[in-house]
Amino acid sequence: MHAVGYHDLGTPAAPAAPAAPAAPAIRLSIDGTSVEVPSGTSVMRAAALAGVSVPNLCATDTLKSFGSCRLCLVEIEGHKGYPASCTTGVADGMRVRTHSAALMQLRRSVLELYVSDHPLACEPCPANGHCELQTQAAAHGITHSRYAGGASRRGGGRDVSNPYFSFDPDLCIVCSRCVRACEEVQGTFALTIEDRGFSSRVAAGQSEPFLLSECVSCGACVESCPTAALHEKTLQACAPPERSVTTTCAYCGVGCSLVAEAGHGELMRMVPDRTGQANHGHACVKGRFAWGYATHPERVTRPMLRKHTGEPWREVSWDEAIAHAAEALQRIQACHGRGAVGGITSSRCTNEETFLVQKLVRAALGNNNVDTCARVCHSPSGYGLKQTLGESAGTQTFDSVMQADVIMVIGANPTEAHPVFAAQLKRRIRGGARLIVIDPRTIELVHAPHLRAAWHLRLRPGTNVALMNALAHVIVTEGLTDEAYVAAHCEEDSYVRWRDFVSQPAQSPEATAGLTAVPAAEVRAAARLYAAGPNGTICYGLGVTEHSQGSTTVMAIANLAMATGNLGREGVGVCPLRGQNNVQGACDMGSFPHELSGYRHVSDPAVRAIFESDWQVVLDPEPGLRIPNMFEAALDGSFRGLYVQGEDLAQSDPNARHVAAALQAMDCVIVQDLFLNETSRYAHVFLPGSSFLEKDGTFTNAERRISRVRKVIEPLAGLADWEVTVRLANALGHPMRYAHPSEIMAEIARLTPTFRGVSYDKLERLGSLQWPCDEGAPEGTPTLHVGHPVRGRGRFGVTRFVATNERSSARYPLLLTTGRVLTQYNVGTQTRRTANLLWYDEDLLEIHPHDAEDRGVGEGDWVHLASRTGETRLRATVTERVAPGVVYTTFHFPESATNVVTTENSDWATNCPEYKVTAVQVTRVAGTAGGHDPGRGNPVHA
Amino acid sequence: MSTHRPQELQALVLAITARLRDQPGPLLEVLHGVQDALGFVPGEAVPLIARELNLSRAEVHGVVSFYRWFRSTPPGRHVLRVCRGEACQSMGARALEAHALATLGIDCGQTTADGAISLEPVYCLGNCACAPAVMLDGELRGRVTREDLDALLESWGAGQ
Repeated sequence: MHAVGYHDLGTPAAPAAPAAPAAPAIRLSIDGTSVEVPSGTSVMRAAALAGVSVPNLCATDTLKSFGSCRLCLVEIEGHKGYPASCTTGVADGMRVRTHSAALMQLRRSVLELYVSDHPLACEPCPANGHCELQTQAAAHGITHSRYAGGASRRGGGRDVSNPYFSFDPDLCIVCSRCVRACEEVQGTFALTIEDRGFSSRVAAGQSEPFLLSECVSCGACVESCPTAALHEKTLQACAPPERSVTTTCAYCGVGCSLVAEAGHGELMRMVPDRTGQANHGHACVKGRFAWGYATHPERVTRPMLRKHTGEPWREVSWDEAIAHAAEALQRIQACHGRGAVGGITSSRCTNEETFLVQKLVRAALGNNNVDTCARVCHSPSGYGLKQTLGESAGTQTFDSVMQADVIMVIGANPTEAHPVFAAQLKRRIRGGARLIVIDPRTIELVHAPHLRAAWHLRLRPGTNVALMNALAHVIVTEGLTDEAYVAAHCEEDSYVRWRDFVSQPAQSPEATAGLTAVPAAEVRAAARLYAAGPNGTICYGLGVTEHSQGSTTVMAIANLAMATGNLGREGVGVCPLRGQNNVQGACDMGSFPHELSGYRHVSDPAVRAIFESDWQVVLDPEPGLRIPNMFEAALDGSFRGLYVQGEDLAQSDPNARHVAAALQAMDCVIVQDLFLNETSRYAHVFLPGSSFLEKDGTFTNAERRISRVRKVIEPLAGLADWEVTVRLANALGHPMRYAHPSEIMAEIARLTPTFRGVSYDKLERLGSLQWPCDEGAPEGTPTLHVGHPVRGRGRFGVTRFVATNERSSARYPLLLTTGRVLTQYNVGTQTRRTANLLWYDEDLLEIHPHDAEDRGVGEGDWVHLASRTGETRLRATVTERVAPGVVYTTFHFPESATNVVTTENSDWATNCPEYKVTAVQVTRVAGTAGGHDPGRGNPVHA
Repeated sequence: MSTHRPQELQALVLAITARLRDQPGPLLEVLHGVQDALGFVPGEAVPLIARELNLSRAEVHGVVSFYRWFRSTPPGRHVLRVCRGEACQSMGARALEAHALATLGIDCGQTTADGAISLEPVYCLGNCACAPAVMLDGELRGRVTREDLDALLESWGAGQ
């Protein structure tokens, strides 16, 4: 069942022909009403656009027309019989009749056959009032069927294996919408119609419970179901939703627009917004279903204080907590200097909240000690793209991939980490684009139903730069560069320097194959494929940035795009896949110690002057401390107070023991979060946070798209996060006065050139805005670098490969790399508090069969994972997804303490940690057959 | 359930898919190939076929379950197919089928407990001029009488 009140148009819009002039409009008449639609539109859609609803059961506007239900028959003057309106295209001058006595008779007969096979007891049904069969039966006066005993789908039993939805074959009319949604929308192909005739039945996998099949629980099937055969379990017991609010998902950087349906003071259902510009009506298991954490009993809803970290927490009033926090910070500053405190903004919070936290640090605390969790993920993207192209952001919209001919995915696993974008990527690849995957692991995109990468360059972790240089070598030495683009849009001397560098024999695929472990012929073939385009897109993720040469790889990627002219239009470009909902926004909002909002350096007096006059303060011209520097300073005693909004430093930052020691050394740690977390073990003040459902604001996704977050329920703790920061700033003596986040956005727009044209009113009107949004682009900028790169001329960076210090050795012979799974999210704060645990309830170590055999490790065995930094225990899974010599795990669960093992190595330019390469040894824990926990202890707090 | 060891089954399926994968729409050919080799399409073969043909398990399962010809359980040592086409029905095929089922003590589409004989319906063997027709382990017979069938079933070791 789609969102309540959604007006479905039956079939999708006619595909827009790229580059061609707008298709000529077709004029036709529907029941006497004249309507003009693009050519390629179905009669059904044309009718819907004319305000005439043609009855149907197997059609919905997210799926290609199917023509199976035979309810949408119409009469068309000059046509024989009764064509199906969903599969019939419009033609000029067509005269269509959608209602007549004959059509009524036909539809009644068809409906009678449907209801012969479907119970007519609608009252207790969760879809009552929203069921399309019920609606059509009522509209055609069908109350019973003269045909008896169809109904042979009955007795199959309900499938309630999925925690979020159930499947009841008794209610199924076998319209195939779910099967088609799984194929066309999600691209998983987990469903089928098994058997035939009366025995036809929707089946998952090889007729197994949904939970055990390949189903990824995206919910596209549930939304497409016209009856209650597939429905959300939350709908069962409740009365229908009373109101709906359009908001933006708070999980990954895709930033799906969602319609929250609420009633009786609580959220009942989340349905992707069909008009959502990032997701076009799709969502994933996290966004659509995993929101139950918001009302989890472990939510902290009262502020809490304690003198020492060993003591129990004491619940206090907001006033007391805020006053205490402000006094503590001021006392530290009085004793240890203005720079002894700082703050950390969160990529999970809204732009407005992030802006306020950095404003609090700069204006109320009077220093620039503010950093953000983007430090540990995409800071190299900001740096590398700014250096080469002139803007710290991805160049494209997600929709741009639909115009791509070749897509290169580097160090990203979109089907797990950016599922809705992955669905779009898969759709484009099914449509004919070629795919190159560069990843140490065999990710799903390499080989899945109806999907096969043309090339999978399975490189050794830590050799990205060498491989990118080898690709560039082939492109340059084989004459595959776009000289015209380079001449027109790039700095010539930088190009010549880069060209000479990558042309060196030492950069060739043959010379680097020993290093990267990728056969030279594959590198050559992939390079030729990318350069041949004509439209080549590069998407990359944390497998690029979280390395000692993260920024170098980002520049190498930009170099490739410039050299091949793959910039400045649809279908090309460089797309960093942002891990968190608002990483882009947090970076944009001035969360870095050296930059004010819009990436302007604090040392620039002109920039400071703008803020100083607006905020009525004097700003520190010196950049502040980055997160790792804060920890260092804490350990040497010069940094003693920290305000952390929405980041679990102790679990997510590398070398967790070092982080713990640093936090322990501080006099006052203020944690603002939804739940007590690993970091709050070291905290003295706990300020309850608010989930995205409890506040207004905006998130900015990986496409630079600013979308509204709207309040669905009241903040559980009484205050939204931005209100807490306002109170703290006021208590610190810097007055902040905002009645609503829209006023904060007005300030952001006033102070930030790239946001100058952004306002809540405009967001309301246009749905979303992609920055830069200013006088020159009042409706935003979907594609960057059109005409020329933002920095005027693109600058090639020479990207010399420097091996990481972290190398395998006899003692630590394996390379550990880390990543995420679909059903869990980052450190799991939210997803661990949902039924997503059914899919993944512990971090597992992936190990190749050869390495497993050498160590006597079997599937499910407990293993000891040790690096030079630390050690932990977790269970192993033996798989060829990883290459020999490489092991892989996730970092979703605090018990496995993955980041106890990761090192302090970091990107040379931005200090982004090198999570993706750690030399480790794996040994089987003696006497522990699979399944038995030997007691992992908790190395972090030992 | 497959009577084959996993490695043997994998080798067999891979050989068949390797031979046929470049044909347009190779799935049906591959399923025929597997059934010809094994007498049925084991559930364990479905993921292998799916992977090799770049399809999902569900898609392959949908096709296997759609066509009555494809079996997902091993057939008996002998397979009797009795024609249900109109011509054969008019010449007493339904009675013949009922008789066979009674003799074997099974339902249509089932296999005797000792694994000797499977009886399957078929919807025209194209032998209408010689109705009623049956097919015995792939061999077509026309104008089959109850006595013919008894003799045959007995020779296959069924009944009595």
